[in-house]
Amino acid sequence: MHEAATAATQVNFLWLIPAFPALGVLFNAFIGNRTGKRPVSLVAPGVVGAAFITGCYAFTQVLSLPPGSALVQRLWPWIWAGTLHVDVAFRIDALSAVMVLIVSGVGFLIHVYSVGYMAKDTSYARYFTYLNLFTLAMLTLVMADNLPLLFVGWEGVGLCSYLLIGFWFTVEANAIAGKKAFVVNRIGDAGFLLGIFLIFWNLGAGVHSLSFSEIATHAKAIPASTLTVITLLLFVGATGKSAQLPLYVWLPDAMAGPTPVSALIHAATMVTAGVYMIARLHMLYVLAPISMVVVATVGVLTALFAATIGLMQNDIKKVLAYSTISQLGYMFVGVGVGAFSAGIFHLMTHAFFKGLLFLGAGSVIHGMSGEQDMQKMGGLRAHQPITFWTFVFATLAITGIPGFSGFFSKDEILAQAFASPHGGPWLWTLGFIAAGCTSFYMFRLLFLTFFGECRADEHTRHHIHESPLTMTVPLMILAVLSVVGGYVGLPAHWLSGNVFGKFLEPVFGATEEAHLSVGTEYMLMAASSAVAFVGLAIAYLFYIKQPGLPFLLAYQAGRLYELIYNKYYVDELYDFLFVRPTVVFSTWAWQIFDLGVIDGLVNGTAEAVEVNSGLWRRVQTGNAQQYAVSMLLGATAILAYYAWR
Amino acid sequence: MNPGLFCILAVLLVASALSVILQPSPIRSALSLVVTLFLLAVTFLLLDAQLIAALQVIVYAGAIVVLFLFVIMLLNLQEEPRVMARFGTQCAAVLLGSLFLLALVRFAVAPLRPPASAATAGMAAAVPPGFGSVATLANLLFTHFLLAFEITSVLLLVAIVGAVVLAKRRLV
Amino acid sequence: MNVAPISWFLILGAVLFTIGTIGVLVRRNVIVIFLSIELMLNAVNLVFVSFARQLHSMDGQVVVFFVMTVAAAEAAVGLAIILSVFRNRETVNVDELNLLRW
Repeated sequence: MHEAATAATQVNFLWLIPAFPALGVLFNAFIGNRTGKRPVSLVAPGVVGAAFITGCYAFTQVLSLPPGSALVQRLWPWIWAGTLHVDVAFRIDALSAVMVLIVSGVGFLIHVYSVGYMAKDTSYARYFTYLNLFTLAMLTLVMADNLPLLFVGWEGVGLCSYLLIGFWFTVEANAIAGKKAFVVNRIGDAGFLLGIFLIFWNLGAGVHSLSFSEIATHAKAIPASTLTVITLLLFVGATGKSAQLPLYVWLPDAMAGPTPVSALIHAATMVTAGVYMIARLHMLYVLAPISMVVVATVGVLTALFAATIGLMQNDIKKVLAYSTISQLGYMFVGVGVGAFSAGIFHLMTHAFFKGLLFLGAGSVIHGMSGEQDMQKMGGLRAHQPITFWTFVFATLAITGIPGFSGFFSKDEILAQAFASPHGGPWLWTLGFIAAGCTSFYMFRLLFLTFFGECRADEHTRHHIHESPLTMTVPLMILAVLSVVGGYVGLPAHWLSGNVFGKFLEPVFGATEEAHLSVGTEYMLMAASSAVAFVGLAIAYLFYIKQPGLPFLLAYQAGRLYELIYNKYYVDELYDFLFVRPTVVFSTWAWQIFDLGVIDGLVNGTAEAVEVNSGLWRRVQTGNAQQYAVSMLLGATAILAYYAWR
Repeated sequence: MNPGLFCILAVLLVASALSVILQPSPIRSALSLVVTLFLLAVTFLLLDAQLIAALQVIVYAGAIVVLFLFVIMLLNLQEEPRVMARFGTQCAAVLLGSLFLLALVRFAVAPLRPPASAATAGMAAAVPPGFGSVATLANLLFTHFLLAFEITSVLLLVAIVGAVVLAKRRLV
Repeated sequence: MNVAPISWFLILGAVLFTIGTIGVLVRRNVIVIFLSIELMLNAVNLVFVSFARQLHSMDGQVVVFFVMTVAAAEAAVGLAIILSVFRNRETVNVDELNLLRW
């Protein structure tokens, strides 16, 4: 395996990309809450759009350079302490260019959508402040030239996730969900930080900037066992941020936030940060095969696990949440078997169709006056045609129906999983089953929401309406992308071939991509297409032809149905194992230790002094002769000492 | 000085001192003090301190104690039923006093270090001419002790002003 | 020649000093306390003069000179204070002047 040559070209415009959203934050935070909604509606999406255009320009620059080069801009020194010299520096190579375009492009569309969705909200400016802040943090994350700066972005998006999940914090459940997200993320972040520390410690003598190029150069010098530990710790951070087993529990609760937030943060961008991080640090992972296996295994198990839960949820956003967790699992399978560009490819197509699915769900909820339970929906395709058709395209994409973007990206991952030395047929089989589940629950969602009789009550039914243009135009754009987005990543021998993969190849080095025979590849392709159709067929049977069937099966399955419907009781398990003991300990620490011991010591000392002085003040009787007696006593003592020493 | 003469003076001195502290009436205490001062002046004379003896009579007995008497008369005090402090305080005072006296006597009898000049000085040896005279004392005052002399005059001024201010009937 | 040794004078001074001290501690009338203080000062004067005679040095007598001056000043101011106190408190017994207590 050869190290990809990373020639760095110094430029001076990279700072603009995060600067625009930063400007937006300042405007919305300090001026936006005084003006009306109009200025905020223009500025907030505008700055993200400006960042997108600058990103496009950077992209063209990267294209014009020889493959493997990067645009670098060092802004200023940040942490200079001992052997650590970390600067604020940005880097755009092929990988981060793709990420910047996704973040700012999809982000722009979602900002526009939010203008319509949040039009009647009172905290309009605050919402866009947080959204812009998120964009700023995410761009910092993907453009960072070194690990600490990436971590700053990492934490920033975590903060914004918390702020936005608990946006309507006056409802306690929302605030609790935000807190849960932050705490679970923090656990992952602890692992991440430990990984960074270990990397720094093992880089050897000399001054270190912890930049990616430096880590690439030194990676081989680190012993394999240490590398395994480092990569596993970093992966713990990724499981937190990207909602994999065991730290996925915050994502379903995060649906308490506004739907555009779910689209942007919990589908298209923030949750993909873990995948990006592993891709960025691929040079460490390829040197630690054990970690790669762990990553792939956790990914596929998460994919299957979440897919099974998604089968039975009734809240439209919860289904999509579990679907996101499942699809993220696929991305980790991709990077886990060494197919880094395949993982990023799926990240991109997922951003398109999952973003669209969430926005579509938002449109449905908007039209249904806030109803999120699919059991109360139905027959919406007549009332919300644009939403319906865009939703259809997204569903076709995610389930992997041939011709749409999801087909190509998911297929590539599964093919790599089958053939790679880190994976194997067992990996492929589990992914295959998960794909089947995905198809089923997505078509279930489609049929329940848009087909059949409308099961809503009178009042809601009267108000069902299509959403305004600000909401439907982004839907349409994303629909187009969901369809055509896959054609940049065609299998090698089809038409234009894998343009996407070739573009990213210099970053990763033409390495771990396994090669399959054409025959095997077609067979796998056929299998995954087949399972997609099978899922469609079963969903059609259950929800269009014979609506009574699901209830019958649920009744028959009994306990099993209960288990899966209650998400395998994982939240309850965590509550019992971790939350309760922590609460007990915290209560003890507060009442017994803090109030009792510490306050007791402090107050007790004061009281002791008070009591003591209360005793001693009685010496002052005011009688001067008594004082004189004590003086004489002292004098006698001194004299006696010297007299009879 | 002649030992016999010393003993007589010592006995008289102690007696009058005891009288000072034991007399119930303040007037009698003051008068006992006058007697004590006179006896001390005699002792000074016999120790070749003529000017000091004179000053003792003029300043101490003649001015200070007279001042005391003025104040006693001014206050026009009545007889007190109790003149001493509580019995406990008396015991403590006497006890401590005797202990104190013992310590002092131990120093009086045997000095910690032998004195520097043993041969030429001493109680037995004759004093140089002019010892204890006005001229010698004045000489020292205006040469070696000039600073202390000047400061003392300031001190007296301060004391005068202080006494006048403190004893005024009404605040100025 | 028979001469009283210096230690005798010193012991006499010590005795007078102790008597004065006991007087200060035992008497209630503040003026008698003052008189006892004067007695203490005089005992000290005696010791100084004895040493001057012993060491053939006039410095001892100079000190006595200053002690007398200071005693005079102190007596004047002290008696002024007693007068002032008497006007306010109607008493010259020290155990009744105990306002500065806890």
